[in-house]
Amino acid sequence: MHFEVKIEVSPRDGIANPEGSTIERALPALGFEMTGNVRVGKVIRLQVEAESADAAQSLVEDMCNRFLTNPVIEDALVEVLAT
Amino acid sequence: MSHRVGVVRFPGTNCEFDTIDAIRALGGDAEVLWHGDPSLKNVDAVVIPGGFAHGDYLRCGAIARFSPVMESVAAFALNGGPVLGICNGFQVLTEAGLLPGALQKNIGMKFLCSMQQIEVVSTGNVLGKGSTVGDCIKIPINHFEGNYVCPPEALAELEARQQIVFRYTDNPNGSTRDIAGICNESGNVVGMMPHPERATSLLLGSTDGTALIRSFLAA
Repeated sequence: MHFEVKIEVSPRDGIANPEGSTIERALPALGFEMTGNVRVGKVIRLQVEAESADAAQSLVEDMCNRFLTNPVIEDALVEVLAT
Repeated sequence: MSHRVGVVRFPGTNCEFDTIDAIRALGGDAEVLWHGDPSLKNVDAVVIPGGFAHGDYLRCGAIARFSPVMESVAAFALNGGPVLGICNGFQVLTEAGLLPGALQKNIGMKFLCSMQQIEVVSTGNVLGKGSTVGDCIKIPINHFEGNYVCPPEALAELEARQQIVFRYTDNPNGSTRDIAGICNESGNVVGMMPHPERATSLLLGSTDGTALIRSFLAA
């Protein structure tokens, strides 16, 4: 079966996030003083062939562990969206 | 003595000739190793130089890890062969699991290109023979992702086993504990963000890189 998968890659808790900090410092200049804890990650979308949604999930989690993310600094949230 | 050094070239590498020139100027021999060829051509030591291997897409060094040459470099390193990763080469070595931790974007999101003072923290590695712990040397940096991070337990191990090789005396990029370079447990694999090959002539502003490269050639 054919699955669309969305992978949300985010900086691990406790790891400084220079992109988020820079954006956080810029927001008050536009009047958004109420913002805080900005964290920037990335989203990867891909299509995968697998026997089931569970199989697609574990296939993509394996990709994340071995290639798509660096577990030292990043976490991945894998979401199988649709067939 | 490492007479022959292989300098790995990936698509996007741009410091291979600087590195080869520096090695030759110091009496060594060096040649390019193409990333797609698994043969290390019987070299005595390997340098992974600076640049943007495979465009640094996804993460710096993430795709370079899968180049055919890297399996041979890993086997060479595990066998005790001297391996030096400079800048992007350091990033490649962490992604390949040959060195712990990771390098992320500089604090302040600035690309940094400057002469930097670093302190020699340990000498029990392939770069350390001509140096003394506590030496302060000038080596230039040239990077956007040089902010070294690693989990607290890995950091404790690095410190306990004297695997921190260089620290910045004035931390330019937010690197954990001012780390500018580290080595593996046996000291034959070193990764550093500063460029010793660019500190080998007074015309370049410093000759402090020569002791490091000479030590590497003697490893």
